Amino acid sequence: MAIWVDKNTKLIVQGITGSAGTFHAQQMIDYGTNLVGGVTPGKGGQTFAHNGKGVPVFDTMAEAVAATGANASVIYVPPAFAADSIMEAAAAGIALVVTITEGIPVMDMMRAKIFLKDFPTAEGSHPGLRAGTRLIGPNCPGIITPGACKIGIMPGHIHKEGRIGVVSRSGTLTYEAVGQLTALGIGQSTCVGIGGDPINGTNFIDVLAAFQADPDTDGVIMIGEIGGQAEEDAATWIRAHFTKPLAAFIAGQTAPPGKRMGHAGAIISGGKGTAAAKIAALTEAGVAICPSPAELAKTLVARMQQRV
Amino acid sequence: MNVHEYQAKQLLREHGIPVPNGVPVFNVDDARRACDALPGPIWVVKAQIHAGGRGKGGGVKLARSKAEVEELAKKMLGMTLVTEQTGPAGKLVNRLYIEEGVDIRREIYLAMLVDRVSSGITLMVSSEGGVNIEETAHDHPEKIIRIAVNPSVGLQAFQVREVAKKLGGSAVFARNLADFLGKFYKAFVAMDCSMAEINPLVVTGDDRIIALDAKLNFDGNALYRHPTIQALRDITEEAPSEVQASKFDLSYVKLDGDIGCLVNGAGLAMATMDILNYAGGHPANFLDVGGSATTERVTEAFKILVADQVKAIFVNIFGGIMKCDTIANGIVTAARTLDLSIPIVVRMEGTNVELGKKILAESGLAIMAADTMADGAVKAVAAAAQAATATKS
Repeated sequence: MAIWVDKNTKLIVQGITGSAGTFHAQQMIDYGTNLVGGVTPGKGGQTFAHNGKGVPVFDTMAEAVAATGANASVIYVPPAFAADSIMEAAAAGIALVVTITEGIPVMDMMRAKIFLKDFPTAEGSHPGLRAGTRLIGPNCPGIITPGACKIGIMPGHIHKEGRIGVVSRSGTLTYEAVGQLTALGIGQSTCVGIGGDPINGTNFIDVLAAFQADPDTDGVIMIGEIGGQAEEDAATWIRAHFTKPLAAFIAGQTAPPGKRMGHAGAIISGGKGTAAAKIAALTEAGVAICPSPAELAKTLVARMQQRV
Repeated sequence: MNVHEYQAKQLLREHGIPVPNGVPVFNVDDARRACDALPGPIWVVKAQIHAGGRGKGGGVKLARSKAEVEELAKKMLGMTLVTEQTGPAGKLVNRLYIEEGVDIRREIYLAMLVDRVSSGITLMVSSEGGVNIEETAHDHPEKIIRIAVNPSVGLQAFQVREVAKKLGGSAVFARNLADFLGKFYKAFVAMDCSMAEINPLVVTGDDRIIALDAKLNFDGNALYRHPTIQALRDITEEAPSEVQASKFDLSYVKLDGDIGCLVNGAGLAMATMDILNYAGGHPANFLDVGGSATTERVTEAFKILVADQVKAIFVNIFGGIMKCDTIANGIVTAARTLDLSIPIVVRMEGTNVELGKKILAESGLAIMAADTMADGAVKAVAAAAQAATATKS
């Protein structure tokens, strides 16, 4: 069953005619994702063709949703226009908006998040109201339910169908976790990259709550990094609500304070956001800590065996 | 991105925010002329570096005559200023800011910042101005007033009244504070700041409010829409290797170890530093070549590592969209072009990994292949240790 995306997901690619949008739309079609159309303002009426499949391109998200019945979108729009695309998707009634774009201005994301408050997520919305919107990202690799639906930029072939969830602030470290699991013959239920920006749509708690409720997820690998307090907040929540085996790694244990480590959100400032504080909080919440990034899968396996 | 105090004050002035009159100077002659432009009888000579703690470090001095200004300028230009924020190496002073003296009756702390938890903007004010805010936060948290501003409606009048009430003061002060904070909030949003700090904000004998210091930090993602702010970047304040890396869109942070790292992805790059440390080594840098590394960018990355005099290089790649054979070709080209003699350990995984490994093996270069990230880290640490011993003997 997995979380949020499966065979029933009908996807629109926003920015489908750009180079990144085109390339990844092709990859997603090849993986078997049910891609039903694309949007690029000014390019409406064209057909996006790949591998014997042709999908329509629309000028607006409203048109795309009306014509295809899409319930998810993925954004490959340049940073200056990406926040606008997020709001357009929400207004069109899209339930899941995955934003890959890196480098969106913080002020733009703040406005987009305020806009999204008018579209509470499906879980929180009332019958009769229009569908709510969940935003994943920005600056993330996307979400994949192996064998069913790949939305984003992750390499599909490293994944394997199975029962372990993965949630991460980093792209390549997600692949690392998946690669380690698959190498041990362990498959994944769903893998979610929540992104490396300071302001994002979906946080650790949202994903962990969904994994907790998912009968097809048996254990979870969580990958955090320095900066902010998302991991500390998650630790508090885990303690009270999360009962499945959980292993965590925090990247940036050796990062110097005051320096931005690639991701806009990965910075230790004013003594806050250190790896040590996050590890302490997670340890206290009973989470198994991966001492090394080479032992992500191993740490989870050990924790699951302990529980049996 | 950071700017100097004098630049920050100029930007605030353009938004109608009161700051003292001042003149930036680059040499002693300028300093003499600056005195003529400012009335006196008191001048303040302030070293312009991108670090706080200047006052305690001797970078802010009071002068009571033009001769004294000139003397201070001579002394301060070219000096290395060490403050609690510069690290022990300090920073070279190339620019000064000469300012008119201000009649100070009261000092307040003021800051505005993007709050990632609430996805809003937080205003922070404290009656304890002029001192280290982290100390105040630790010793007297009750003295810090925090106001959460909803960016869709902006700073509201009642929020300003709340600040004025808590700070205490005359009706004139409250009115001036409202005017100041309103303009400060607008400037913060208009310039896409991520942090703005005025410490101290001073109240004069006649209840005027003036920004005596100013520190602005801008959202790098929004600089494209502020070319005038972008032009204020002072590259002499940054490590030369970081400046070079930024020209090629490489995300690079210099550290003080001896093992160079070349990695794709920010999270994996941080994890690579961590695993080197876990294996007993010391990373020389954080380096993310990004998801679309070309042979040219890989070559530039190697050049930067070589210039930083690393003892070994650890390449750690998880090929997703970026294929391992592309990276392998980049490594071979770079190693040949630069005639590299430093030991290189390569760990590759993901798309086209077999092809990548084949290219490296057939290149004839002395590249150590590693099967896993942990194996690579151990090999890189050993290679660096060996190189270090060889240099000593």
